[in-house]
Amino acid sequence: MSETLILARRNLEHVRQIPEKLIDVTLQPLMFVLLFAFVFGGVIAVPNGDYKEYLIGGILVQTLAFGLMGPGVAIATDLGEGMIDRLRSLPIRRSSYLTGHILAEFAATILAIVVLSGAGLLVGWGIESSVPEAIGAYALLGLFAFAMIWLGTLIGTVARSTDVVTGIAFMTVFPLTFVSNAFVPTDSLPDGLRQVAEWNPISCVVAAVRELFGNPTAVPHDAAWPLQHPVVASIGWCVLILVVVVPMTVRAFNRRTTD
Amino acid sequence: MYENLNDNCTDAGIKAEGLGKRFGDFTALEDLDLVVPKGSVLGLLGHNGAGKTTTIRILTTLSVPSTGSATVAGYDVVKQGGEVRKRIGVAGQSATVDGLLTGRANLEMVGRLYGMSKREAAERADELLTRLGLTDAADKLVKEYSGGMRRRADLAATLVSTPPVLFLDEPTTGLDPASRNDLWDVLREQVSEGVTLLLTTQYLEEADRLADEIVVLDHGKVAAAGSPDQLKQRVGGDRIEITLADPADAGPAAEALAGFAENEVHSDPAASLVTAPVRAGTRLVEVVRSLDAAGIDVTDVHRRDATLDDVFLSITSAPKVEVHS
Repeated sequence: MSETLILARRNLEHVRQIPEKLIDVTLQPLMFVLLFAFVFGGVIAVPNGDYKEYLIGGILVQTLAFGLMGPGVAIATDLGEGMIDRLRSLPIRRSSYLTGHILAEFAATILAIVVLSGAGLLVGWGIESSVPEAIGAYALLGLFAFAMIWLGTLIGTVARSTDVVTGIAFMTVFPLTFVSNAFVPTDSLPDGLRQVAEWNPISCVVAAVRELFGNPTAVPHDAAWPLQHPVVASIGWCVLILVVVVPMTVRAFNRRTTD
Repeated sequence: MYENLNDNCTDAGIKAEGLGKRFGDFTALEDLDLVVPKGSVLGLLGHNGAGKTTTIRILTTLSVPSTGSATVAGYDVVKQGGEVRKRIGVAGQSATVDGLLTGRANLEMVGRLYGMSKREAAERADELLTRLGLTDAADKLVKEYSGGMRRRADLAATLVSTPPVLFLDEPTTGLDPASRNDLWDVLREQVSEGVTLLLTTQYLEEADRLADEIVVLDHGKVAAAGSPDQLKQRVGGDRIEITLADPADAGPAAEALAGFAENEVHSDPAASLVTAPVRAGTRLVEVVRSLDAAGIDVTDVHRRDATLDDVFLSITSAPKVEVHS
């Protein structure tokens, strides 16, 4: 365990040296909050609620989805240099590199969640549910972040360069977060796109977070099953991603570092 | 953590038998036998792709051999990897220090990973920074280091746990002559303290200066092995290389040079080049006189050190005699 902490500290030290590394989990989501709350928000109608209350759940999930980029770039960088060889030639458990990496990235995620919650409170968002439900919302965000960090780590391990990681992240996360209920209610979308959005795993995580925070969900009553049962569906999605991705990542990492 | 790691192994060097590594259809290493006694230096000499890095990766437990077996400090590299890792220091060819940490932070982190307390790690880092002349740069990020400083930081990280066996993959590649000499001094010091060292290099001179034994690798196979003296005897000493004005003179020029050569003279008419391994004490002016007497017009005459290419040339042209004992 202490090896994991020492290695996690190393990643956090990188952030201290290059604070810009945190832009994607701090300034970038804040920009989205301001952009949507004050520029687009005026024209997006949310039934039974205020758009700012609706928005924050979406941006939280979008930020965590983009959170796969950081771990991907970090591991691709380490694999491209000799650092991992150095660590693997030390008498430490060979899994401690990966666990340290995941732990450090998770810490960055917590920062993002705190910053966004604070920003949300400032623009008029609030937690309208009970304490256990609010804790549940944050736990679900944590679980989702965990799944995204592993997914990013897999992409970074398989990719041959950091550019590939950012390319893949943008090409997948952008459409997934925009063709969803993150920013607009799904019933405002044309047929076809609406079904895609309603089955999109991002949508059900967003809806679950809104439901647990007591924010307006704007889920149409004829919505697809995952949106009707967002909490269960979200947990299912996250567990499924982890069950598939974690063993794949470990195998890919071992393959790339043992030959 | 701090038990004496030299004690429990009667056989503290490096041994390999029939070591081989295949990547799909490609054979990176084939049938390598090595014996490096404790406290001695083995130089693995070869061009890029000869199998040097593959050998180091197998011996340092980073890669699993396809065939054969090896022990380091008395422990099997496949079955007892953990024990091997406690006793080795490795500096890979690409930078194995973290560019985004300071030199000091790198060394402290490695120390902590070896199980040292914060204070022990800090003291050891200080000691190594001083020893390798990095005190002034200790608190700068490693990415701001020059190539030579980075190599030294790399070596410092390798020495943190005072390992009895060291592996260095091309430790001086890309260094200026002064930095190279500094690094050689540090390595000699280590060896005089009883450390076993395996280093790879592309430079015959480096292997000659540091190694007790040299193994020449070529395309994953051992091309020659022996002490530096045995190898040099076979390869010859300095080279005199002449460039001909007229390639047709290659034959007579080779004859003229034969008088000074202690080994076979090589001529390459296509490049108008004739090269001879010359006996010690040969004067350049005598060479020029005898060429002139033979009526051969040359555009360049110079003397140079024997290189790895000369080693290969002498191995491939000479009859197959195993130099190794």
